[in-house]
Amino acid sequence: MIAEIGLAALWLAAALAALQLVGGLVAQRAGADAEIARLTRPAAILQGGLVAVSFASLLWVFAITDLSVKLVAANSHTAKPMIFKLSGAWGNHEGSMLLWVTVMALAGALIAAVERRLPEKTMQATLAAQSFVALGFYGFLLLASNPFERLAQPAAEGLGLNPLLQDIGLAFHPPTLYIGYVGLSVAFSFALGALLTKQVTPDFARAMRPWILGAWVFLTLGITAGSYWAYYELGWGGYWFWDPVENASLMPWLAATALLHSASVLASRDALRVWTIMLGVVAFSMSMLGTFLVRSGVLTSVHAFAVDPERGSFILFLLAIYIGGALLLFALRAGSISEGERFSVASREGALVVNNVMLSAILAVVLLGTLYPLLTEAFDVRVSVGPPYFNPVSAIFVFPMLAIMAVGPLLRWRRDSWGRISKEVALLVALLLAALVLFGLLAEVAILPLLGLAFAITLGVASFLPLRGRSLRRAPLSLWGMVLAHFGLAVALLGMASESAFSTEKLAALGEGDVTSVGPWEVTLEAVEPVAGPNWTALSGRMQVSYSGGEPVEINPQSRNFWAPAQQTAESVLLTRWNGQLYAVIGTQAPDGRWQVRLWWKPLVTLIWYGGMLIALGGILALIGRVRSDLRRRSAKRKGAARRLEMETVK
Amino acid sequence: MKAKHQRLVLVVLALIALVGAGLLAAYALRNQASYFYLPEQMQADPPQVGQAVRLGGMVAPGTVEMQADGITVTFTVTGREDSAVPVRFAGILPDLFQEGSGVVAEGRLAADGTFEADKLLAKHDENYVPRELQDMDEHQAAEMARETTIGIE
Repeated sequence: MIAEIGLAALWLAAALAALQLVGGLVAQRAGADAEIARLTRPAAILQGGLVAVSFASLLWVFAITDLSVKLVAANSHTAKPMIFKLSGAWGNHEGSMLLWVTVMALAGALIAAVERRLPEKTMQATLAAQSFVALGFYGFLLLASNPFERLAQPAAEGLGLNPLLQDIGLAFHPPTLYIGYVGLSVAFSFALGALLTKQVTPDFARAMRPWILGAWVFLTLGITAGSYWAYYELGWGGYWFWDPVENASLMPWLAATALLHSASVLASRDALRVWTIMLGVVAFSMSMLGTFLVRSGVLTSVHAFAVDPERGSFILFLLAIYIGGALLLFALRAGSISEGERFSVASREGALVVNNVMLSAILAVVLLGTLYPLLTEAFDVRVSVGPPYFNPVSAIFVFPMLAIMAVGPLLRWRRDSWGRISKEVALLVALLLAALVLFGLLAEVAILPLLGLAFAITLGVASFLPLRGRSLRRAPLSLWGMVLAHFGLAVALLGMASESAFSTEKLAALGEGDVTSVGPWEVTLEAVEPVAGPNWTALSGRMQVSYSGGEPVEINPQSRNFWAPAQQTAESVLLTRWNGQLYAVIGTQAPDGRWQVRLWWKPLVTLIWYGGMLIALGGILALIGRVRSDLRRRSAKRKGAARRLEMETVK
Repeated sequence: MKAKHQRLVLVVLALIALVGAGLLAAYALRNQASYFYLPEQMQADPPQVGQAVRLGGMVAPGTVEMQADGITVTFTVTGREDSAVPVRFAGILPDLFQEGSGVVAEGRLAADGTFEADKLLAKHDENYVPRELQDMDEHQAAEMARETTIGIE
């Protein structure tokens, strides 16, 4: 019954999306007050509610493990802990597509409910674009991947869920990324709405900005969490593999970062109009491309779990319509958007343009590297593209971007001169050179990590310079947001560079009682014992580890055997100190009774994820600051209007 | 900028940067992409010793052996037409590594004809075969699919 309610709600929501599309398009011909056009906003709001009901139904059937629903039978198990039953709802293809549509419909409902500063006609065009995109995904869900499909015979027991996915990281990682992906659909819809009505104004950028910020925050958190998940769950000691699925989340992030900066130029200075529209289209296109890459299984990946090649063609078709259609509209209309304000090269805008071009170049490098195996496969040549390509080629654009990131925020809008900030620039250059020489002489470090260390330190200092000469308490929240986000990138970069420059690794076969060392750690394997969990049994290593002769600590890396479905996984142990992490994995037993043990000492590695969180925190602060000043402006406007009305009645 | 055609200049600069990125990427891809070999390809036309490549095939049952040092594992990867390549790997086998199932080994061919792997990618769940292995052996793939999709329908 619950499953049928979910399905019915989904069909109704699709019908409302169709109504919303018609309403928004009629508005373009007949004006914003046409009868059907006025239904656009209510349709969007109701649609959000219906899809929420549908998603709640799916959560419900997973919570009670309703085995007559095919999806539950295929992906869940009565013995699973509740949190993993719920996360199982979106740990599969159908559920994750429903999550996608849910986020999209809720975002549409929210803009329909609160966004009032744009002309009504532009809003209706925006909502029409939003529903146009949503319709494709409704069609995909209802026709090709119905999550509520019943089994003729209820299954006796569920098939379980991949044990690698029975992890708290999974419960939050995919929904976070999806909110980010889909949040960009709002920017896409705003861009199309503005193209349809040719209303590319600072107001448009201000309306779009909170959505970009929000989506960007979620993407940042999602990427950070995903990277940490891969780091501790896969047991390979790496945090980023340049894997297609990882790139699929990085590409929208790069585009969203560029969009965020160009939208702020448009909002403050009314420049970069066409470029911002273009990025709005590109950012969501990257989200859809990412979904296609992840969902279709066209690329091999360490993260791809719920893949189905046949559905790939459907998503590819949607992709072609939306990206192709949006680019066509862009090509037709871009010329008619008048040029924005001018600015000089040495200005905040100038720096932001360079930053945008660099981000786009990095995006191009990642995109080409990700798609290259697909291209060559068409000619029957199979290749793999990995770190030897991505690291050096993207670095060519990353370091100039970091340099401009350090000095750009010090420049004034519109027109400035380098002479005005020559002191700061000299300080930063000196810092950079000093760090390069210091690390270059003291330690044997490869060129990229060396540059990374030096730039991280320089950027870390530079990110606080925009606050100089300001009262810290009176500096606007959005400025603090920028400072924190830039500082966060410096922190993350320091973590990455330090991990790659100073990590030590040890692979050893240890008998019980054997001692080995890695970096400053001394590791003793005391015993290997069997243990049991709710749906697994494991061999658990008991190790005593001590940091440079200090108090020993016990750690227990495990090799787990799940029985539903039968599968073996290594549970690594991470021991975190303020200055790094010890990473321990236990493997199989050699014939002579010794155990394989793999150990890493990774100095400052945790900074990578703390940096990611700082970046997201910066985004949140900026978002709060922007929304608050928008609300203030709105209430001031209302008060002004009321006052004027009063004056007129007095007259 | 005083020029009247600021927009044009910006567009041209952006294009130059993007095309530059594209050309650079294309150049690097030609040199840095590591090639993928099936066992029969590696036997017929082996890559240069030391060149970074990937090898994909099935782990031949009964060939996985731990060496005396306790950390090096050797096994044979088989493909079509009785082709077989010996593989040496020092490290902990990935979670889903099993005899008789698919594996992608990343590494290089040693002078003695052994493939020295520094990373192994196993199939990721019981329903999933690495993309590179898909058309390896239809009979085996069908077998695997049948074994692993019981329970539904």
